[in-house]
Amino acid sequence: MITVSVQKLATIFVEIADTLVDEFDVLDYMHMITERVAYLTEAPAVGMLLADQHSRLEFVAGSNENVTLVELFVVQNEEGPCLEAFRTGEPVVNVDLNNAAGRWPRFAPLAVATGFRSVHAFPMRLRRQVIGTLNVFGDVAGREFESDDVTIMQALADAATIGLLQERAIRHGETLTEQLQGALNSRIIIEQAKGAVAQAHGISVDDAFTVIRGYARKHNRRLTEVANALVTDPHSLQQLFT
Amino acid sequence: MTEAGTRGVYAASDPLTEQMEELQFVLGEGPCWEAFSLRRPVLVPDLGGVSPTRWPMYIPAVHDSGIRAVFSFPLQMGAMRLGVLDVFRKRTGSLTGEELADALAFAYVTMTALLDHHEEAATKGSGDVLADAGEHHAELFQAQGMVMVQLGVTIGEAMTRMRGYAFAHGRRLDDVARDVVARRLHFDRDLS
Repeated sequence: MITVSVQKLATIFVEIADTLVDEFDVLDYMHMITERVAYLTEAPAVGMLLADQHSRLEFVAGSNENVTLVELFVVQNEEGPCLEAFRTGEPVVNVDLNNAAGRWPRFAPLAVATGFRSVHAFPMRLRRQVIGTLNVFGDVAGREFESDDVTIMQALADAATIGLLQERAIRHGETLTEQLQGALNSRIIIEQAKGAVAQAHGISVDDAFTVIRGYARKHNRRLTEVANALVTDPHSLQQLFT
Repeated sequence: MTEAGTRGVYAASDPLTEQMEELQFVLGEGPCWEAFSLRRPVLVPDLGGVSPTRWPMYIPAVHDSGIRAVFSFPLQMGAMRLGVLDVFRKRTGSLTGEELADALAFAYVTMTALLDHHEEAATKGSGDVLADAGEHHAELFQAQGMVMVQLGVTIGEAMTRMRGYAFAHGRRLDDVARDVVARRLHFDRDLS
């Protein structure tokens, strides 16, 4: 199912590893991962979930972030491929959603109604610990992950975990907690900014996200920094469309 | 600590703790400052293991007082920052998973109490609300941003108003938030 060349794949791995830079922004990084995976697999939707201190999976980034899709991620605190991958530490792949209502009575019908045919989830692992999951949705029947694809995707998920935690050798659980809490709080900042922009400019929260990300990219600024300015400085809200 | 730059020790459990907090303010460095600026917890299970260049004045001073470990938790919700909760220990060692979850939940409860201007609750805490602290949907934070713009207030005040509305109308905060995001409820129009 992975459709890109070896060269492109190698570039993506280097990009994932390149996190020890001054401009590193956890939100940008998480979005970059979901976009690269979507590109790699030609999947219509990819999401990342991270576990909080109660082992609840929180949605932190999506290759697109419409409300229905976010709901699909949220449901997986109760059931679904992400919860399974998170608990077992093993990938869940090639599940035909039309035949999964018995396994996931809430998640499967919701995913089918959203237009998806298949689903996959990869645990984000750091040694024996699972800190979250990568979720891939497919909309074309029969396009399955081969065994080599699963190996590549799992390696990518593990590399992304190390990159996300920005620590080559995490010896203490403390660093993990610090970084995860920071990442989860960054996610809240973007939601607050989406609300502020949606209200100020009379657009939907989904569109607000696109606008914020577009602005950050155009001006070469970090997503977290832009989102934070939008929430704490009323002036920057007006600048967004000028 | 606040976004506007006001800083001070709000509450301390005992004189030694108060002294430790004052120390950080006087020196302008330490885990509390770091947690606030980085917007994430700073957990130091062994102050003796910290590089001397990280907090050159703070480490020797705090060591003299017998403190061996410190854990700082920002009182924050996204871009809204109200302060930092510091936990000190006279022995080295990590917090257990349970202690960590309790501390995070306590930081959350303290933050909401500060939002609601309940000084009593902030200093005494409340056990029964710890269970589901901090589990909210994205809509809550989106609504918070919307109400901020509707009322022209700060992001913190927006949450105070939403909590006040939910309480006054006997509704769940998440339901109020959903109505705001769906544009069924407007704090600028419907409540004037």
